[in-house]
Amino acid sequence: MKKISLELGSGGKSMRDFIARTIVPAFKNPMLAELLDASHLPGRIAFTTDSYVVDPIFFPGGDIGKLAVNGTVNDLVVSGAVPQYISLGLILEEGLEWNALEKILRSLKAAASRARVEIVAGDTKVVKQGQGDKIYINTSGIGKVIAKPRPKLIRPGDKLILTGTLGEHSLAILTARGDFGLEARVQSDCAPLTFLLPFWKNGVLWMRDITRGGLATILSELTEKIPYPLLIEEDEIPLSKAVQAASELLGIDPLYLACEGRAVLVVPGEKTHDVLARIKKNPLGRKAAIIGQVEGKIGRPGELLLRTSAGGLRLLEPLSSELLPRIC
Amino acid sequence: MARTNEFRDKKVIGALLARIAENKRSLPSPCRIMEVCGTHTMTVHRYGLQSMLEKAGIEMVSGPGCPVCITPGEVHEAAIRLVTENENVILATFGDMTRVPTHLGSLQNAVPAKGSAVKIVYSPEESLDLARQKRNKEIIFFGVGFETTIPSIAVMAKAAAGEELSNYSILSALWLIPPPLRAILESGEVKLSGFLYPGHVSAIIGQEPYAFVAREFGFPGVIAGFEPGDILLGIISILDQIREGRPRVANEYTRVVRPEGNPVAQALMREVLEPKDACWRGLGVIPGSGLKFKAEYSAYDAEVKHDLRITARGIDLPGCRCGEVLRGILPPSRCPLFAKKCTPESPCGPCMVSFEGACLVHYKYRGPKS
Repeated sequence: MKKISLELGSGGKSMRDFIARTIVPAFKNPMLAELLDASHLPGRIAFTTDSYVVDPIFFPGGDIGKLAVNGTVNDLVVSGAVPQYISLGLILEEGLEWNALEKILRSLKAAASRARVEIVAGDTKVVKQGQGDKIYINTSGIGKVIAKPRPKLIRPGDKLILTGTLGEHSLAILTARGDFGLEARVQSDCAPLTFLLPFWKNGVLWMRDITRGGLATILSELTEKIPYPLLIEEDEIPLSKAVQAASELLGIDPLYLACEGRAVLVVPGEKTHDVLARIKKNPLGRKAAIIGQVEGKIGRPGELLLRTSAGGLRLLEPLSSELLPRIC
Repeated sequence: MARTNEFRDKKVIGALLARIAENKRSLPSPCRIMEVCGTHTMTVHRYGLQSMLEKAGIEMVSGPGCPVCITPGEVHEAAIRLVTENENVILATFGDMTRVPTHLGSLQNAVPAKGSAVKIVYSPEESLDLARQKRNKEIIFFGVGFETTIPSIAVMAKAAAGEELSNYSILSALWLIPPPLRAILESGEVKLSGFLYPGHVSAIIGQEPYAFVAREFGFPGVIAGFEPGDILLGIISILDQIREGRPRVANEYTRVVRPEGNPVAQALMREVLEPKDACWRGLGVIPGSGLKFKAEYSAYDAEVKHDLRITARGIDLPGCRCGEVLRGILPPSRCPLFAKKCTPESPCGPCMVSFEGACLVHYKYRGPKS
């Protein structure tokens, strides 16, 4: 008998296939079928929803509450919308400590204030002990559309800007879980990306927050939408020392690690340096870098290429199977 | 961010490649080098060295250096039977072992008997902890490995014996690297110019076990590390050996490998284990190529304890050609199943499962079509 496997939630190829073949056909709605981070509705409204099942619920640099606000806020930002209102669905497990819940509520409030969104609707359910794991959160978000991502205008020579270092969120979760006996002083990068909103007015053609599946998966998805290959330079990708060391040690590729406060942008070639300089002025964009470009000379349409630190070229595939379950 | 590592720096790599191309020009073509170790295969492809080396006139061939891959299907099936046919057995093993397809499916899809389970562990030590904690379960560690991993598995048997743990045993598939090299050279199926010997295995066994390759077969070889620069330095050494007509066991990984290897680990292996003729997937039975527990440790040998009687033939599932890949006679991309029916999501053989399996590495890190 066919059963649901963890792989279907990985953010990788298996999950995309699952959504495209099983979920989308069940509803046959063109707005849903676009598979954007947020759907653009009539009346310049963007709408999105996301559920949070992160384990553990508290981790260095954040908790499930902060994540639940920022994740939904970021989906709106990268869809070209100013986040405005958020709903909050709580599924609590019998036996969850009261203090933990209060701490999470405070954290939800703080994250909402920082991202300038209001929590305006909510729901609470409690399930028996063992039928859930402490707390799951669903947030839906509404935003005002200020721009539409324009992947069709992307041309060779356009640059890819990454707003910061990769993989801290994944590593913070791993450390908090004590998996692999790993000890690292690393904080999740969980943060709102609202500081990127003004760049929609500066000619940015496309942006995505880098969540499950990591940079490689997200850029692979972009190659499906444009008739040109993308090339990224391994040496240009900002990595913290902790992520670098842990990746070497565990044989994990940081290109597939999740973040919760980083984005990748496609910027027309001539505007790149101006946009980069302004992103770097924000504390959340200090480590931003030009990591590659839309290619006109090498590669074929649909390909995501990596120039390795040794100078070789290879293809990057989307994440295929589950790396780390329940990281968000 | 620039990685300050000279072993993978573009300029250093470029210079080494130029030297390889120059040295190669003076040699009769072709130059085909087998990277014996799966981790070498990973470096070659992960850094995109394959195509750069081809331009320099060097063809890299992947060898039998993936323990998950060369373990015959019958051993994987024995593990599946242990957990499906016996109650209260916990079969502990490394993650990729659970996904190897066999006639009985895989450990991942197996339906364990009542009270039994498959548990993924990250180190042999974890399996021993399980045995200490769950005295009412039989813990069987399914351990595979080359000389690098074998000492850590041998230690488990010793510790279990010391603690008189009666609920612990090891289903082992322990492989030695030098014997298959002889088998490959004797068969002459693949025309090679030299071997890159695995750095980690060599750190345990030292240089001497490879000496027969140069002495009996007049064949070059070099112990190499796992950075791109290490591999290229190794290739330069092989080209030098060919040009000078002086085949030997060179060591380009002196920062880790001592000529005598690691005597402590060697002594431990000798204390607990003894050689046996073993059947490899694709290569068949190779004399003295495996290790088994000595009689005094048989209480911890799952084959003895559970009377398994494994008759391995080392043949692939229908359609799968992992055996030929492991012998170096079939490049993964020429297998008709590669990237079509056989992918990391639905692997048809172990070489597409193991993280150092040649097919998975060739798939994951393939270069752009030229």
